[in-house]
Amino acid sequence: MADDTGVEMPPDADADGAPVAEAPFVPDHPVLAALAERHPDVRWEERIPPAGPYQPIAHVERTDLVAFAASAKELGFETFIDLCGVDHLGGRPRFEVVVELLDMTDRLRLRIRVPVPGTDPVVPSLTPVYAGADFYERETWDLFGIDFEGHPELTRILLPDDWEGHPLRKDYSVGSVPVQFKGAHKAT
Amino acid sequence: MSDTPHYPGGDRFAPTVEPPEEAVEVPTGADEFRRVHDMWVAGTEEPPWLAAATDEGAQELLPADVDPRVDAEEGSAVVDDYLERPDVSADELQIINMGPQHPSTHGVLRLHLELEGETIRRAKPIIGYLHTGMEKTAETLTYVQGATNVTRMDYLSPFHNELAYALVVEQLLGIEIPERAQAIRILMTELNRVASHLIWVATQGMDVGALSMMLYGWRERERILAFFEKVTGLRMNHNYIRVGGLAADLPDGWEDDVEEILEQVPKGIAEYEELLNENPIFLDRTVGVGIITPAECHAYGVTGPIARASGIEWDLRKAFPYSGIDRYEFDVPTGRHGDVYDRYLVRMDEMKQSFRIVRQILETIPSGDYRSDDRKVTPPPRLRIDQSMEALIHHFKIFTEGFKVPAGEAYQAVESPRGELGMYLVSNGGPKPWRLHVRTPSFAAVQALPAMLADSLIADVVATLASTDPVLGDVDR
Repeated sequence: MADDTGVEMPPDADADGAPVAEAPFVPDHPVLAALAERHPDVRWEERIPPAGPYQPIAHVERTDLVAFAASAKELGFETFIDLCGVDHLGGRPRFEVVVELLDMTDRLRLRIRVPVPGTDPVVPSLTPVYAGADFYERETWDLFGIDFEGHPELTRILLPDDWEGHPLRKDYSVGSVPVQFKGAHKAT
Repeated sequence: MSDTPHYPGGDRFAPTVEPPEEAVEVPTGADEFRRVHDMWVAGTEEPPWLAAATDEGAQELLPADVDPRVDAEEGSAVVDDYLERPDVSADELQIINMGPQHPSTHGVLRLHLELEGETIRRAKPIIGYLHTGMEKTAETLTYVQGATNVTRMDYLSPFHNELAYALVVEQLLGIEIPERAQAIRILMTELNRVASHLIWVATQGMDVGALSMMLYGWRERERILAFFEKVTGLRMNHNYIRVGGLAADLPDGWEDDVEEILEQVPKGIAEYEELLNENPIFLDRTVGVGIITPAECHAYGVTGPIARASGIEWDLRKAFPYSGIDRYEFDVPTGRHGDVYDRYLVRMDEMKQSFRIVRQILETIPSGDYRSDDRKVTPPPRLRIDQSMEALIHHFKIFTEGFKVPAGEAYQAVESPRGELGMYLVSNGGPKPWRLHVRTPSFAAVQALPAMLADSLIADVVATLASTDPVLGDVDR
């Protein structure tokens, strides 16, 4: 597996090229402001989507992930919605783990984006905070090969146990079987 | 014949044929088998298994000296920590496998059940039997082709998949959808919700023994599918809701068809309620069975009717309205106990609320275009293609190369019949998604099965499983 992405991300080059605001942006919703106050290192992305509901996005380092998620849960983000991986092959860092949380009382969503270097794809497991992270982390391990440290049983979930490789990585090619048409001449 | 024994009925019952002096050895089946085996297969030496075939204990499959833990460590068996619990004797706990070919697992779900007597101590869902790599496939298809892929995930509510996909792409594109297209989207998804719930009530009824429900549910669903076929050309996997609008407008006379559905299907639903609501057998099988608490729903990400039956008043159509659903009036039914019966009540009420929305759409549907006039995503009208070379090239470009979507990422969720169906899209500015992740409600529901099944009876597994309404295409993708 070719990993060319050992270098850490410079602070002003986001993985998908989004520009970073000069002054640190803090969302004005009281729940999010309280969360930002507890975790001053977290970078908030100000992005108003052209359509669709408002969605605050927090960029969290993997070392802070569990503490940040625990604070978020305490402040009202009690529902675990989603966790998935993204492979930005050639980007720095290579992987990203994206967590979706939901606060039903305040009708608020929170997206946490965690950069994960390709040379050391390890993220602390969220299972101590959210029991529901179990299957999602297993799926991300299965399809991306991102290791979740502290997960009780990190085994393959969608693919067979003896499968080799992690198919949703961008350097894992899409297999195809050539179609043999009846009566077609074989290329010699 | 003088020493013939006395027969109670006189001589009439005396045997007329004298027994032979020596009993002839009649070959039994086993002997014949052994003879053939010896002649053709084994030579003269008798194999040990043949001798043991009728012995007691022959059904023991594993030799006693093979430790299952070895298999588990090598990865050839599913790891199960039950094997590593020395404090529990194997006589007390028993593991049985339910599925993946069990008829009541609604597809290819496999459940590892750890039993103590008839009580389930632990359950472990094992999934992946229907995994077809649809998220990887989505990366190889253009945004135009993508709808054909996502519609196959949850095959009982394909319109919701298409809607979530169209909405998430439209979020990044930032295009406006005409009001008529939005209303038709809601019309189709709400009818789809009813069709999906009808399948659910059919299978739930069958799984707890009400076999006639199976036929009734499919009968009513058929009316809705016939309407879908008329509109989209297909009974399922429609590819009807597309990025930028719809594939086509509703056909002439659609109002009559919807009117007929609104007349006939609620009659059927009233019939089912009469059949099931106070049916003592149905109550015995469902009340207090498969309970999940609101806290567990939050932790496992369980949404939709299961969460609402636990008393969580949460519906994405109210909380984050999409496609103009906030124009219509409807209620969100909730339960209190979180058991199978409350889920049944919630789903029955949801069907009625969906009919309310459909009725309002029927009365208020605006006229207008059925797709966006943004020429970036919408092909030119058919007539223009015959008249203009540019229009032909435009059409050709959209369907071969596809349109480009601005770089960025977006998440969009819709309320599918099973809960929150979310799509997370990452675009790098090209004509194909860089990453499309689908957050499916069934995945979360299957994950929460152990919480529902723990310490319940094995007879309740089928009822509980049916009440979560999992679609394995949705779970495994």
